[in-house]
Amino acid sequence: MNKLLELKNISYGYDQQPVVEGVNLTIHDQDFIGMIGPNGGGKSTIIKIILGLLEPWNGSVVKKENLNIGYLPQYHKFDSKFPITVEEVLVSGLMKTRGSAIRITRKEKEMAREVLKQVGLPGYIHRAIGELSGGQMQRVFIGRAIISQPRLLILDEPDTYVDNRFEHELYELLDEINRSTAVLLVSHDVGQIISAVKTIACVNRHLHYHPSNKISNEILASYNCPIELISHGHVPHRVLKTHDD
Amino acid sequence: MADFLSYQFIVNALLASLFGAVTAGIMGTYVVTRRMVFITGGVTHASFGGLGLGYFLGINPIVGAAGIAVIAGLSVEYFNQKRKIREDSLIAMAWSLGMALGIIFIFITPGYAPNLMSYLFGSILTVSTGDLIAMNMLMIIVSLFFILFFRAIQYITFDEEFARTAGIPVNLFKYLLMVLVALTAVIYIRVAGIILVLSMLTIPQNTAMLLAKKLKNIIFWSVFFSFAGSIAGLLLSYYRDIPSGASIIFSLMVIYFLIAVFKPILRKRIKS
Repeated sequence: MNKLLELKNISYGYDQQPVVEGVNLTIHDQDFIGMIGPNGGGKSTIIKIILGLLEPWNGSVVKKENLNIGYLPQYHKFDSKFPITVEEVLVSGLMKTRGSAIRITRKEKEMAREVLKQVGLPGYIHRAIGELSGGQMQRVFIGRAIISQPRLLILDEPDTYVDNRFEHELYELLDEINRSTAVLLVSHDVGQIISAVKTIACVNRHLHYHPSNKISNEILASYNCPIELISHGHVPHRVLKTHDD
Repeated sequence: MADFLSYQFIVNALLASLFGAVTAGIMGTYVVTRRMVFITGGVTHASFGGLGLGYFLGINPIVGAAGIAVIAGLSVEYFNQKRKIREDSLIAMAWSLGMALGIIFIFITPGYAPNLMSYLFGSILTVSTGDLIAMNMLMIIVSLFFILFFRAIQYITFDEEFARTAGIPVNLFKYLLMVLVALTAVIYIRVAGIILVLSMLTIPQNTAMLLAKKLKNIIFWSVFFSFAGSIAGLLLSYYRDIPSGASIIFSLMVIYFLIAVFKPILRKRIKS
């Protein structure tokens, strides 16, 4: 298996207060890692360090050369009233691999149409982003994240504000994407994530990696993962109590 | 109409309207879509301190205003990024400190006391050739900047964090755009006055947004409505003998209401 990215002994915090400590994580081709943990436990911080948005206090990030990472930020991070069309949002995902010509090229338009079909929104290409529903917007942002065919796709809470039907389609889509792309999926909703992912990383200041998607009481206890499982009917689950770290 | 155009100051005012419409149409669209109207108001008013300083030092007051506006704008953007101080409080402090310093400098400058009213309310009918050259240059710089970097600016304004991950030098762009916003505001002081500059950077844009939903089209319509409002205001000012700054803003608002009322009809005819 081809190593894409490695976090070595990463620490980071805000105002002298550590948020993550001694984090190690290796991501390979074909990986589908679910990153779970309580809110404020440091999931988003680790992602931002991987993306290069934050500079870690300690430790190092080793990336495969020219590693193309697709990224779906948390839902609320943009201005939905901003005048931008679906097409313009999608092609912005090509900026880092293709640069940006003054005008959108024909090739870029073609790629935008193609990816829009893939996320199940054909015909929406000229809509303004503000006209879409929450679920439709989320599809467009997933399209933006995958349009450049990244080697690694990072999704931060992709199921926020998304209806149940799309949630199901989302995991099907991710399964398909995962055939050619490593996926790192962040969620606080453990129930949904477990059936889709191959391995699990528990984050609560420290990161504990579980090399399978079967977490049991015993595994969680032995790894000291203070996780509460929130689950839905159709996912096999056990509800665990919170552990002290 | 012929006698209207026979005066050089009228021709100058028309040219100023045109150059200003292009510059303010573009920069105002950035200001409105990035929701920095209040910051722009603060920067414009802070520049009054620069005007006063200019008088005190005996240099061109507009140069002093431009200097202070750029410093104030960059400071707000910087502290905003660091998130150490509440943004709205910071803007209000810069706003009032600038006004206070302006008045202090003007009062301690010996001799001739300038007409404050012309800076507070503007006077497009008194723009000089020098003003026109400066306005023309700024128009060219702003237009080129937006033509070359339109997509990057759009991505940054829409989703800053994603723009960073795409490798766009977001901070550099934000600071450069802040400088252009400050310069646009200051150059418009001659036309609309400190108190009224904000209208040029917000009213045409909001009129445009009634009709258009693409950023590019909003810019085009903003330029158009800004120019139309300036011309209508100038005519009103000339024939009714009203101060031009006020009549231009009144015209811009009349256009806004007309478009808002007739929007359902217009929207069908205009490709947004």
